[in-house]
Amino acid sequence: MKVQRTIKYEEELNRNFPHEVADYPGGENLWDCIQCGTCSGTCPVSLYMDHTPRKIIAMIRGGFKDDVLKSFTIWICSSCYACTVQCPMTIKITEIMYSLKRMAIDSGYFPKKFAIPVLAREFVEMVKKNGRVNEGLLTTKLMLKTEPFKMLKSASLGIKLMRAGRMNMFASEKIRKPEEITKLLDKLEEK
Amino acid sequence: MIEKEYAYFPGCSLKGTARGYEESLLQVFSTLGIKMKEIDDWNCCGATFYMSVDEMLSFTLSCRNMALADKMGGKMVIPCAACYLATKKTKDYVQKYDTIGGKIRGALNEVGLKYSDKVQLKHPVEILHDDYGLKELSSKVKKSIEHLKVVPYYGCQLVRPYTDVDDPMHPSIMDKVLSALGAKVVNYPLKTRCCGGSLMGTIEDIALRLNYILLKEAVERGGNCIAVLCPLCQFNLDCYQDEINARYNANFSIPVMYFTQVIGMALGLDKEKIGLQRSLVPADSLLR
Ligand code: SF4
Ligand code: SF4
Ligand code: SF4
Ligand code: SF4
Repeated sequence: MKVQRTIKYEEELNRNFPHEVADYPGGENLWDCIQCGTCSGTCPVSLYMDHTPRKIIAMIRGGFKDDVLKSFTIWICSSCYACTVQCPMTIKITEIMYSLKRMAIDSGYFPKKFAIPVLAREFVEMVKKNGRVNEGLLTTKLMLKTEPFKMLKSASLGIKLMRAGRMNMFASEKIRKPEEITKLLDKLEEK
Repeated sequence: MIEKEYAYFPGCSLKGTARGYEESLLQVFSTLGIKMKEIDDWNCCGATFYMSVDEMLSFTLSCRNMALADKMGGKMVIPCAACYLATKKTKDYVQKYDTIGGKIRGALNEVGLKYSDKVQLKHPVEILHDDYGLKELSSKVKKSIEHLKVVPYYGCQLVRPYTDVDDPMHPSIMDKVLSALGAKVVNYPLKTRCCGGSLMGTIEDIALRLNYILLKEAVERGGNCIAVLCPLCQFNLDCYQDEINARYNANFSIPVMYFTQVIGMALGLDKEKIGLQRSLVPADSLLR
């Protein structure tokens, strides 16, 4: 049997990482965590995660930057805030998960064609252009970019929704002044 | 009674997959005499996807909506739970973090808008419960809905993380509204357990299982319909029942209604008027 070390040597850790996370709004009291595990216990999807929420907090504090940002956990989190309202130390775990998602997107730390960042980006583009979102079009674009084969399976649901008047791919959901949105967002990016 | 007119923010879903929610909300409010006007030229609130890509953009989008609502008197109605949370979080952060607030105010200025922190955010269920009143509501019942055994499903975004609507894990505000109308409300411990939200579009395997658990518990507890307050909860629980049945060898066929549709039934409104025909699991067996 070959023995393998599962945690990192000190020199492989990123000492600055916990401070980066704590600097985001909502990350302030990261250091108060008492590792009680309440978050993992309440989380409805922790059993699908590679690292539970409690462990993620510990890993952030330890400086395991790569492992945290590569983790599936941050994408499986559905932002339901159950952990946040139950945490005895009022740590905003959900907001921390959001910050980690943003960090992972910014530094390209996720599997290619992985649906969530693709969906997020498509969403942003659509809002930038139209000010609103057409859900049917959004999901179609997502599938084309990630799993074109799923289109066939989902087509029957799409047809049912169209029949019920709940989906119209050609309706242009658009605000009257989309340029106002563009201007607003450009202004933000300037500063 | 309510004097003031509300500024209505529909959000994208109520114009698309959740049309039945909008239809029933408008019908119910006008029947009850609650005045409400759609915000002119509102934009998407940015909700969760924006939050994961760029929080500032999301905050700015919500601030534009609040600035528009402010011009209409500042009482904003938000029926989509995800929009509701995104807007509420924005309001909170703009107040708490000067860096965020300052930047956004500046950007809004540029397009001639002004953000005011006096805007009040309300979900329709709060308006009915707090402003309209349960007594008044129960006096408006035209048709008995006593045969409904309603499973109250709140989902997560309406009651969390801000806890000013109700208890974040065991809310009862919708239970009270529906009981006031004569429906039997089922005791449902999973009422705030998340359905997975947009995971249905991204990691379907997880979302199907979550919804299977919710449906199974609803049926085992004796419910004959589920009432929801969020477009996405309705979508997941209603539109995937076939697939869930196939995958888990089940035979669910339980109607999932927006709570405003249940109210519409009690007010004696036609099925088509409250968009019940748009549900994929038909509610016809419950219509009397
Ligand atoms: S619930 Fe809070 S204190 Fe407990 S492990 Fe999770 S984050 Fe730490
Ligand atoms: S917010 Fe995320 S981590 Fe927290 S309980 Fe919900 S799914 Fe789990
Ligand atoms: S939360 Fe969803 S429905 Fe509400 S405005 Fe945003 S995208 Fe549209
Ligand atoms: S759709 Fe799911 S994730 Fe969204 S509010 Fe409802 S329960 Fe929560």
